[in-house]
Amino acid sequence: MSVLFVLIGASVITALGFLIAFIWSVKNGQFDDDYTPSVRMLFDDEVVKKKK
Amino acid sequence: MELEKFSYDNKIVKQFAIATIIWGLAGMTVGLYIALELIFPALNFIPIASFGRIRPVHTNAVAFAFVGNGIFMGVYYSLQRLCKARMYNDTLSKVHFWLWQLIIIAGALSLPLGLTTGKEYAELEWPIDVAIAITWLIFGWNMFGTILKRRERHLYVAIWFYIATFVTVTVLHVVNSVEIPVSLFKSYPVYAGVQDALVQWWYGHNAVAFFLTTPYLGLMYYFIPKAAERPVYSYRLSIIHFWALIFLYIWAGPHHLLYTALPDWAQSLGVVFSIMLIAPSWGGMINGLLTLRGAWDKVRESVVLKFMVVAITAYGMATFEGPMLSLKKVNAIAHFTDWIVAHVHIGALGWNGFLTFGILYWLIPRIYQTDLYSKKLANWHFWLGSLGILFYAIPLYWAGFTQYFMWQQFTPEGFLKYPNFLETVTQLRSMYIMRSIGGAMYLFGFIIMIYNMIKTIKQGNLLENEDAQAPALSKIEGSHEGEHWHRWIERKPIQLMVFSLVVVLIGGAIEMIPTFMIKSNIPTIASVKPYTPLELQGRDIYIREGCSTCHSQMIRPLRFDTERYGEYSKAGEFVYDHPFLWGSKRTGPDLAREGGKYPDSWHYNHMLDPSTMSPGSIMPAYQFMLDDNLDTSSTAPKIRAMITLGVPYPQGYDKIANKALMVQADLITAGLKKDGIETTSDKEIIAVIAYLQRLGKDIKANNQVFTTKK
Ligand code: HEC
Repeated sequence: MSVLFVLIGASVITALGFLIAFIWSVKNGQFDDDYTPSVRMLFDDEVVKKKK
Repeated sequence: MELEKFSYDNKIVKQFAIATIIWGLAGMTVGLYIALELIFPALNFIPIASFGRIRPVHTNAVAFAFVGNGIFMGVYYSLQRLCKARMYNDTLSKVHFWLWQLIIIAGALSLPLGLTTGKEYAELEWPIDVAIAITWLIFGWNMFGTILKRRERHLYVAIWFYIATFVTVTVLHVVNSVEIPVSLFKSYPVYAGVQDALVQWWYGHNAVAFFLTTPYLGLMYYFIPKAAERPVYSYRLSIIHFWALIFLYIWAGPHHLLYTALPDWAQSLGVVFSIMLIAPSWGGMINGLLTLRGAWDKVRESVVLKFMVVAITAYGMATFEGPMLSLKKVNAIAHFTDWIVAHVHIGALGWNGFLTFGILYWLIPRIYQTDLYSKKLANWHFWLGSLGILFYAIPLYWAGFTQYFMWQQFTPEGFLKYPNFLETVTQLRSMYIMRSIGGAMYLFGFIIMIYNMIKTIKQGNLLENEDAQAPALSKIEGSHEGEHWHRWIERKPIQLMVFSLVVVLIGGAIEMIPTFMIKSNIPTIASVKPYTPLELQGRDIYIREGCSTCHSQMIRPLRFDTERYGEYSKAGEFVYDHPFLWGSKRTGPDLAREGGKYPDSWHYNHMLDPSTMSPGSIMPAYQFMLDDNLDTSSTAPKIRAMITLGVPYPQGYDKIANKALMVQADLITAGLKKDGIETTSDKEIIAVIAYLQRLGKDIKANNQVFTTKK
C-alpha cells in the first residue's frame, strides 16, 4: 500500500502550495475588499466601443 | 496616472472556440455511435470501430478536446480582461493552441488502432503523455506571464480557479503517467494492481474535479455576471467557495474504490471528504443562481442565461449525487451499473456542455461585432438539449436500478434469481434505445448551434485585436505587514510557488516512485505467479481491445457478487498486473474468475461471434483475432520491462520466453483440434484464450489461507 504515501505526499504538497498561496493572498490584501472586484470586472475599458 | 494602451488577443479566443465546436461534434458523434453499438452489435464491424477501442475516443474527445478547448477559450478571453493585459506572449498562445490540437489528433488516430494504456481517462500512450505535459506547461507559462504583467492588482476569483486547475492537473498528470516504455507505442505503468488502481482513481477523481469542475467554475464566475450584467451575488462567498473546494476535493478520490482492498481508513476518509464537499459545491451553485435574482425576466429573454441556469442546476444535481454515491450502501447499488454513466452525463452534458454553449452564444457575436444570427434557432438548441439530457439520463438511471435489482435478487431457496448474466443484458435494450434517442437530440441541438454560429460568423467581422487601455500597476501598495518579505514574495509570487512545486514533484516522482513501487510489489499470496509469456500477450490484447470498458475484474465482498462470480478479489492477486484491469462498468459479466469456467472451444466460438454462444449478446465479435497472427517479436522486450518492474521471471527469461509461448500455444491448439476446431498456434486468439483461462486460477487452484497485505 506504499503508493498511498506517494499520493498523500503529492496531495499534501499541493495543498501546502495552496496554503502558501492563501496566506500570500490574505497578507497581500487580496481579500480586503470583498465587493468592488465583483463590480469592477463588469466594465471593460475598451478604447473603441463595439459598433452595432 | 498615465493610461497605457494595449490590445486583447481575440484571434486566439476564436481559434479555441472553433476547436471546441469541431471536437465537440466529433466527440458526441462517437458517443452516439457507441450508444448504438450497445443496441446493434453489428456496428462493431471493423476493429477500429469496435466499442472497446472507441469508447476511450469518446471520453477523451469530450473531456480533453471539447471541454479542454472550452477551458482555453474561456480562460484566454477572461484572463486578458481580468488582468487588463494582453496574453503574455502571442507565440506561446499559438504554440499552445496547435500542440493541443495535434495531441487530440494523435489521440484520435492512436486509440482506434488499439494503442492504449488501458487506464481510464489516461489512455493515451507515453509519447502523447509527454506532449501533454509540455503543452500544459506552456499554457501555465503563458497564464502566469499574463498574471504577472497584469494592470489590476486584485486577482478576481476566476483567476484563482484557473491557477488551481493548472497546478493540480500538472501534479495529477505527472504522478499518474509514470510508466516504462516497451516500444514507441507501448508502455507499462510502474504501479501494479491495487497500487495502480489507487493512483488511477486518485487521478480519475481529481481529473473530474480539476479539469471538468474548477476551470468551469472560474468561467461561471466570469461569464454569468458578464452575461447578466450584474455582479456575482456574493463575492465573499465565491472566495470561500474557492478555498473550501480546493482543500476538500483532493482527498475524496478513494470513493471510487469502496469495497476493494484499499484500507478501510482510506475508504472512510474518502467518504467523509466527499460528504463535506456538498457544502462548497452547493455554495457555488447558490451563488451562481442568486446572481440572477431579480433578473429572471432577463433569463426568459436571453438564451445565454438560459443555458447557464441549466448548467448551474446540473452542477448542483451532480454534486449532490456524487457525495450520495460515495456512501457505501448507495455505492454497492450503483457501482458497475449504468447509474454511473447517467451521473457523469448530468455533469458532462448539463454542466460542461451547457455552460460551454452559453459562453459560445455570448462570446462569438461579441468578438465578431455582430448579433447572433438567429435567436429562434438558439432556443431550439436549448430545448432540444435540455430534453436530450432528460431522455438520456432517466432511462439510464432506470437501467442502473434494473441491473442492480436483477443482479442481487435471490430466490427463497437462496439461489440467484437471474443466474444467467445475459438476461440482465437483454432486459436493458429498450432503455439503451431511449438513451440513444436522448443523445441524438442533444447532438442535433448542437448541430443547430453550429449552423447558427457559422451564419453569425459569416455576417460578422472578427475584431482580432481589441484595443483597450488601463493605468499601469502602481509599484507598491500600502500593506498592513512589514515591507520586506512581502515585497519579495510579491515580485514573483505565484510563479515561484508553482514552478518549484512542479520541479520538486517531477524530480521526486521520477526518482522515488519506481524503486518504491517495485519493493512493494512483492507477492503476498504464495500461489500467485507471474503470467506466462502467452498469457501476457493475451492480456495485452485484452488491453488493446478495451475489454475492460465492458468487463470488470473485481469481485466485491458482497453476497450477490461472490455468489455469481466466486471468491472475492484479494489485493495479493493483482501484484503482477501492470496495469490493473478492474474496470468500472459491467456491461458484460465480471471476468476475475473466468479461468476454467468454459472449455477453450467455447471461448473460440464466443470470440468469433458472441451471439452463437450467448443469443442476444451485445458483445462485439472479434473474428480478426482468429485470423491475425500474434506479434511475438514484442515478447522479449515485454518480459524485460516486467523484470525491470520487479516481476520475478528468472534471469535471461526474455530469451527463451517465445519458446515457452509456443509450447503453451501448441497445447491449446491441440485441445481445440480435439473439439473439431482447426487453427494454428500463431493466432492472436490462442493468446486471448490462454489469458482468459488463467484469470482467477491461482486462487481457485490453491484455496487455502491468504495473507493479504493491507
Ligand atoms: C460492448 C461490451 C463488451 C466488450 C467490449 C466486450 N465484451 Fe465480453 N461480454 C459482453 C457481454 C454483454 C457479455 C455477456 C453475454 C455473452 O456471453 O456474450 C460478455 C461475455 C463475455 C465472456 C463470457 C463470460 C461468462 O462468464 O459468461 C467472455 C469470456 C468475454 N465476454 C470476453 C471478452 C473479451 C476477451 C473482450 C475483449 C476482446 C470482451 N469480452 C469485450 C460485453 C462486452
